[in-house]
Amino acid sequence: MPTPSAANLFNEPGCAVNQAKGDKQRKVGCSARTLTPGAAAGGCAFDGAKIALQPIADAAHLVHGPIACEGNSWDSRHALSSGPQLFRTGLTTDLSELDIIHGGEKKLYRAIKQIVERFRPPAVFVYVTCVPALIGDDVEAVCTAAAERFATPVIPVVAPGFVGSKSLGNKLAGRVLLERVIGTREPDVLTPCDINLIGEYNVAGELWQVKPLLDRLGIRILASITGDGRYHDVACAHRARVSMVVCSQAMVALARGIEDRYGIPFFEGSFYGIGNTSAALRQLARFLTAAGAPADLAERTEALITAEEARATRALAPYQRALKDKRVLLYTGGVKSWSVVSALHELGMTVVGTSVRKSTDDDQARIRELIGEEAMLFGQVPAKEMDRRLRAGEADILMSGGRTQFVALKARVPWLDINQEREDAYAGYGGIVNLAHRLHGALTNPVWAEVRRPAPWAAADAPAEAAP
Amino acid sequence: MSAALLATKACAVKPLKVSPALGGALAFLGLDRALPLLHGSQGCTAFAVVLAVRHFREAIPLQTTAMSEISTILGGADNLEQAIENIFKRAAPAVIGICSTALTETRDDDIVGDLKLMRERHPDWDDLAIVYARTPDFLGSLEQGWAAAVEATIRALVPPGSGRKRLRQVNLLAGSHLTPGDVEAIAETITAFGLTPIILPDLSGSLDGHVADAHVPTTLGGSTIDAIRRMGHSVLTLAVGDHMRGAAALLEDRCGVPFRVFDRLTGLAAFDGFVAELIAVSGAKAPEHLQRQRSRLVDAMLDGHGTLGNRTLALAGEGDMLVAMGRFVTELGARVPVAVAPCAAPSLAHVPAERIIVGDLDDLEQAIAAAGADSIELIVANSHAAEIAQFFDIPLMRAGFPIFDRLGAGHQVTVGYEGSRTLLFALANTFIARGHAPAAAAAPGATLPPFVGETDHAPASSC
Repeated sequence: MPTPSAANLFNEPGCAVNQAKGDKQRKVGCSARTLTPGAAAGGCAFDGAKIALQPIADAAHLVHGPIACEGNSWDSRHALSSGPQLFRTGLTTDLSELDIIHGGEKKLYRAIKQIVERFRPPAVFVYVTCVPALIGDDVEAVCTAAAERFATPVIPVVAPGFVGSKSLGNKLAGRVLLERVIGTREPDVLTPCDINLIGEYNVAGELWQVKPLLDRLGIRILASITGDGRYHDVACAHRARVSMVVCSQAMVALARGIEDRYGIPFFEGSFYGIGNTSAALRQLARFLTAAGAPADLAERTEALITAEEARATRALAPYQRALKDKRVLLYTGGVKSWSVVSALHELGMTVVGTSVRKSTDDDQARIRELIGEEAMLFGQVPAKEMDRRLRAGEADILMSGGRTQFVALKARVPWLDINQEREDAYAGYGGIVNLAHRLHGALTNPVWAEVRRPAPWAAADAPAEAAP
Repeated sequence: MSAALLATKACAVKPLKVSPALGGALAFLGLDRALPLLHGSQGCTAFAVVLAVRHFREAIPLQTTAMSEISTILGGADNLEQAIENIFKRAAPAVIGICSTALTETRDDDIVGDLKLMRERHPDWDDLAIVYARTPDFLGSLEQGWAAAVEATIRALVPPGSGRKRLRQVNLLAGSHLTPGDVEAIAETITAFGLTPIILPDLSGSLDGHVADAHVPTTLGGSTIDAIRRMGHSVLTLAVGDHMRGAAALLEDRCGVPFRVFDRLTGLAAFDGFVAELIAVSGAKAPEHLQRQRSRLVDAMLDGHGTLGNRTLALAGEGDMLVAMGRFVTELGARVPVAVAPCAAPSLAHVPAERIIVGDLDDLEQAIAAAGADSIELIVANSHAAEIAQFFDIPLMRAGFPIFDRLGAGHQVTVGYEGSRTLLFALANTFIARGHAPAAAAAPGATLPPFVGETDHAPASSC
């Protein structure tokens, strides 16, 4: 029964906002808005769980359900791996009508067998979707039996879509890692500079913009949870000295769980923007030094920050004039709504509005502080309203996910992808230069003038453009 | 034609199948001022929207009844009613097309009965058309869902009774394998004979990629409810794709409109048959530009047969796509050693492949690996096959759904004389770009192993 545990997930002692709430408010959950039939948008809990776990690249991710859950969604996110590609392989029991009538347990067992024999993965994650949850497949028991029989960890992820939102799915996935994965293996080597990164999924390779910085400081990512992750490394996360939660309030519970069980402190940070990146590196150095890292770490960190900030500032110079005071409308989720704001401010841009539909109250307070009283904070904006604002010229560019891109493009307004399908990595010092480059390209493209030209039949009275 | 092999494995690997509910929703997107609604958890809709957006590169209006575990247990009628009411108030669509999902079909509510009661409670919905299609995810793939939605639309909106026939009006039932560009090309041909087609569903009106003057929360363009209501007055139904047969037969049963099913409109013989039907029903001569187009296709076939003859292709996709593509290339002398379909369908009997597998893209991969990568010169499949093609270093021509790594998926035209010619050139140019195939690989009879030359002067490169 997922419900009681789901409710518990919204009691988060590690989250100050959560503790400030009354009992009743806490039960509602932090970012969980009630879903309105006919006016809801966004992914389900299964989606959220898969987003959080699937970047574990060498594991098999088996979706137990009818075809919709995996057939419509596999290989659709740009989380990247530097090695194994098994995580991108769509695997599903593709339950048929007869499977549902007879129960899907035997098929699930055979599917696990097939996967272990064919791919020999270090672990199999089994995602329970709505239908097997409804008909009562004992996935737990099948996984236990299969794990024993095939001598491979087989981990049930009980986050069927109908229990709630994507954010809840993130949390359930964090719980699975804490309960079933972390602490089950021991690392071969330990260093005094071992860290966990939590909530960084290496979308478009963003982890790889941060890792070289850490490498230069001698900081080792013991467990990346879960971008470009490996099962063994995640299982060793209990041996790190500090956890950094990257842009993900939903994963704070996991970091806090690791702290409670293994005494590993954590902090929240972001790698979007120069200031955020430097702050994150300083925090890491501080925590590591306190935990016994070489004393010169802080000094080396400062040296690196000075050099990298100077380099980034130089690289940004050519873009500054075109970007200065340009107005951005941000429509994204959760923590990105504030972490990206500070990056945009560093580029001299103005954020005229940002969505807080998936953000926690804490996120909202931070945004308010950052962007000032004039800017709009809005929840879910109907496409029609977004269209009206863009056509009215309230922003120079929309930054959002793929689903809203056409609202901007059809209004003939520049647009930049900030969500999971983006092709570019925007993290770290290099990332902000990428971001500036992309924004500059989008804003200065001559195509906007072209597509706004009136049609010849509409402009019969207007003089034709003179040849140059 | 070989018998289809059904994969018996428990785990689908690299699925080729998408959900029928998505297929149903796509069909509803071909109705004007429509808002499709998936009756399931919100993830059912979210995944479908993302995939359709990536394919069409258009905003996709698609809503959800946002079923929770509680509403699933207690029954989904309340959620459905709320969803319809919210959509009705916010988006004011002409039609809401509801698709069931595996979740609601497993619970098996009496939706038809519930809808009737809702209508009684909501007299303000009187002008709102509501169509309910049963598209459980555990039964079939995109084609099956599409067909179910089209049939449900006819049942809900076309009044029974034969009525007075309009001599120049025909119905065009467009299958899911046709792009918006295809539908437009077919409609133009019909119109050229002085006939007026009522198209169902008409993606060429809604998903043709146009920039509207203002945002609308529903589809903009497509089959209108008024036109659909008049389908019973047509003199003939032209159904394109075997999966449209049921809908055509339904129209005949209901309204006495005779029908012809064209399993494909790609290729000379296939389109000749269609044009012959148009000549017969209109009594008009084939317009000159069409005659010219036919002559151009014949010329292209003469120019291209040398390049295409004896080539080997592996196909993966929904049944009617396999029929259109497979038959066209084999008519040009190419061979299809293997074709993979996501589920069994009557159309598979007409796929001219040496081996037909009902399975997934991993079955395609295994089949190519078993035969040797050299034995296949081109893969025709959706974008998910890109990695397989890259692995074997075989070119991939993207066809079917979804196509998310190329622009213009909705505008590829492969029907009619012109579309066939475009396809022929695209195929031929892909082969030309790759250079000559080893002649022995194209030896007649699939059983012969490819000739491997032992010296630098191997005859393998002769042509």
